[in-house]
Amino acid sequence: MAVCIAVIAKENYPLYIRSTPTENELKFHYMVHTSLDVVDEKISAMGKALVDQRELYLGLLYPTEDYKLCRYGYVTNSKVKFVMVVDSSNTALRDNEIRSMFRKLHNSYTDVMCNPFYNPGDRIQSRAFDNMVTSMMIQVC
Amino acid sequence: MAGFINYKICRLCFQHNTPLDAIAQFRKHIDLCKKKIGSAELSFEHDAWMSKQFQAFGDLFDEAIKLGLTAIQTQNPGFYYQQAAYYAQERKQLAKTLCNHEASVMYPNPDPLETQTGVLDFYGQRSWRQGILSFDLSDPEKEKVGILAIQLKERNVVHSEIIITLLSNAVAQFKKYKCPRMKSHLMVQMGEEYYYARDYTKALKLLDYVMCDYRSEGWWTLLTSVLTTALKCSYLMAQLEDYITYSLELLGRASTLKDDQKSRIEKNLINVLMNESPDPEPDCDILAVKTAQKLWADRISLAGSNIFTIGVQDFVPFVQCKAKFHAPSFHVDVPVQFDTYLKADCPHPIRFSKLCVSFNNQEYNQFCVIEEASKANEVLENLTQGKMCLVPGKTRKLLFKFVAKTEDVGKKIEITSVDLALGNETGRCVVLNWQGGGGDAASSQEALQAARSFKRRPKLPDNEVHWDSIIIQASTMIISRVPNISVHLLHEPPALTNEMYCLVVTVQSHEKTQIRDVKLTAGLKPGQDANLTQKTHVTLHGTELCDESYPALLTDIPVGDLHPGEQLEKMLYVRCGTVGSRMFLVYVSYLINTTVEEKEIVCKCHKDETVTIETVFPFDVAVKFVSTKFEHLERVYADIPFLLMTDLLSASPWALTIVSSELQLAPSMTTVDQLESQVDNVILQTGESASECFCLQCPSLGNIEGGVATGHYIISWKRTSAMENIPIITTVITLPHVIVENIPLHVNADLPSFGRVRESLPVKYHLQNKTDLVQDVEISVEPSDAFMFSGLKQIRLPAQAFYTYQYFCQATGSTHG
Repeated sequence: MAVCIAVIAKENYPLYIRSTPTENELKFHYMVHTSLDVVDEKISAMGKALVDQRELYLGLLYPTEDYKLCRYGYVTNSKVKFVMVVDSSNTALRDNEIRSMFRKLHNSYTDVMCNPFYNPGDRIQSRAFDNMVTSMMIQVC
Repeated sequence: MAGFINYKICRLCFQHNTPLDAIAQFRKHIDLCKKKIGSAELSFEHDAWMSKQFQAFGDLFDEAIKLGLTAIQTQNPGFYYQQAAYYAQERKQLAKTLCNHEASVMYPNPDPLETQTGVLDFYGQRSWRQGILSFDLSDPEKEKVGILAIQLKERNVVHSEIIITLLSNAVAQFKKYKCPRMKSHLMVQMGEEYYYARDYTKALKLLDYVMCDYRSEGWWTLLTSVLTTALKCSYLMAQLEDYITYSLELLGRASTLKDDQKSRIEKNLINVLMNESPDPEPDCDILAVKTAQKLWADRISLAGSNIFTIGVQDFVPFVQCKAKFHAPSFHVDVPVQFDTYLKADCPHPIRFSKLCVSFNNQEYNQFCVIEEASKANEVLENLTQGKMCLVPGKTRKLLFKFVAKTEDVGKKIEITSVDLALGNETGRCVVLNWQGGGGDAASSQEALQAARSFKRRPKLPDNEVHWDSIIIQASTMIISRVPNISVHLLHEPPALTNEMYCLVVTVQSHEKTQIRDVKLTAGLKPGQDANLTQKTHVTLHGTELCDESYPALLTDIPVGDLHPGEQLEKMLYVRCGTVGSRMFLVYVSYLINTTVEEKEIVCKCHKDETVTIETVFPFDVAVKFVSTKFEHLERVYADIPFLLMTDLLSASPWALTIVSSELQLAPSMTTVDQLESQVDNVILQTGESASECFCLQCPSLGNIEGGVATGHYIISWKRTSAMENIPIITTVITLPHVIVENIPLHVNADLPSFGRVRESLPVKYHLQNKTDLVQDVEISVEPSDAFMFSGLKQIRLPAQAFYTYQYFCQATGSTHG
């Protein structure tokens, strides 16, 4: 179950951050922000390979600490990053499930971009995107 | 005990170069021991122990790295120090709640932590349970006293110091492993710890450093939280400049505070500007607040400087500014106008006391100041009225106008800075300073997004403009006044090479007043091919031919003054030495007095005309050598006359007058006849040609390589339409060399020009022997049916110099002989 989902622009500022309301929002913002270090490192390491060979899914970022909160990363070809914080205390989520969640996110993001009224680089304010994220945050895998 | 054993295992693992084993072991150890908190009143001890474990492991890891182990970004000692710091923070929290005894509670006597022997029997056992080997906690009194003792001891521990040390170790590690954002996050935590430890200076230093990172990456939530802490620190220190700066940013568009928070901060800011103490920040320590209030009371005395100038390009204040010139260039006789747009993002209207704009030429500064004398207590009243008031969300436009100076023509006028003053000089004053035409830390990204956006903005009432649609134009060029004269050129292109080509320049003034100091510059436009420049000559005097010494461009010829409507004419003569296209420039400059905005200024105006003049060859000269029978000759024979034929083909579109021609022979040539020009005063239209024929002869000179020089053919000509006083141009054509050959024998026939049928026709043949020796010659004449010959038809005789044979022929019928 995802507790926080964030979409980060190419210049590293947040386009969309949402976390479960019960928790301290600031803590999640910090978590997402610090995981960008690992994302950046992984992108620059992959940058030397050809574009086709680049994997979009980055996998687990920082090692789990005692929160039992895992951070996963995903980067699109236009350098937009998705970071997901997942609470794995209830069920152990398998890698595949995380990947499918990211794919869903990516599809929704593409839909947002297709909207001719959406200006790339602005905050995402789409209701459809919100609904999709809500469904991911309360779903039980 | 477990801690000890774990430590030993990990250390051994590291020494055996199996760090992953060490890490796994440590994880297991932690997971096992995490839940074993022990007694609730002393739960802080558990956290202290956890913290110690992490710290110890971090140290081990670091040691292993120093001995050669490599760590990576996601697995390095920094995490362990961070966790150690986290537990130390938890410990501090628990200690605060659990050890919060009143001052009257005394440390128990005798000290339950002391033992009779001074050492413990078993490591880890409580000191007041010495001697008891079972878990029997039979003496609750003793327990309570023991717990109290530990709690009171805990109160003396300086938690913040421990936390800060652990955090700085973690920061150093993360710096090494390239995790800048992790480093920033930990530095924020360190800043917050310093705040708790009342070391506000150090806290502010750290927080200031970290703010830049969050600002540049656009994480406003994080920036706001850091700013809030910083504001608290600056309040508690009564540090005016920092307090004001942080308030400015917390009121702005980057801050994610709610409106009620922002209102509170705005009220405090206004209080500070009016020299009153601000309200304390919420959630501050009560004792600290009391100290702060005393400090603020001291500040009211206004000792020290009270005008703070803050440059805004590095942060995001709550007032935005954009300056825009109305046009990218202005004529010097038009007043320069520009608008300054201001927008406030704070929740309530705010009043400013002065706006001034500075330029690269300081003399214009005085025209661009808005000031309103207002007393200190009026700042809160009349907030929505007046020009000096900024209403949140609305864009305020301020127009400035001034007249440019004549010295600035051709230069750029740039806005160097805009200063906006809040508060006033008698109280406290904050001057916000924008460099250039405006813009702060977030405005460039916003401008980029606005430029990309296709959104149609709703229409606003006439005076108002959308903030996003304003683009900063911080400089403008001053150009000279539009000239009101006409310059006409009259000429007849194309020009012919070497002729004095006449160009008539007519200047007429359409200005309403007299113009003075009119100067004319005319000639070849600079910047063209160097060859053209060398072969172009301009002069004002048409009566003499200009030679190489004349320049290609005549500059600043004074022409006098012109009254309105007056016209003057000037004639220019150009001589082009080569064919081709040339660009000519005629430039007229003058001075005129005009009034702009009730000021008299002198403007220098200029107007130029460019014209392209083609130069062509006037004529083509063809020279050929023919025999006296007009047969083409490849070579000429010595002492035998031949003809030189010249043909002048006019290639000029204009009628040419050939005034005269002259043949200048080389010394080796002699003329047979009188040399007279046959083309005197001939007028050639386009395509017509004039020919001349000269009879020459060349004495024997022996064998000369390359032929003998013939001489020069000089043609004097001019354009038929040219005026009387224009000089005649002479063109010299070098005649081709001719090969001279010696022949031993030359035969010349002397024939009358016509004969009559049945009448005798005398024919004389002259034979010449050019050699030094006597030659034997055989002569034979071929009979022809058309003629009857008398005389010897075949003779053989020695030829000496000259023989003449005479034949008489009679033609029969009509023949051509």
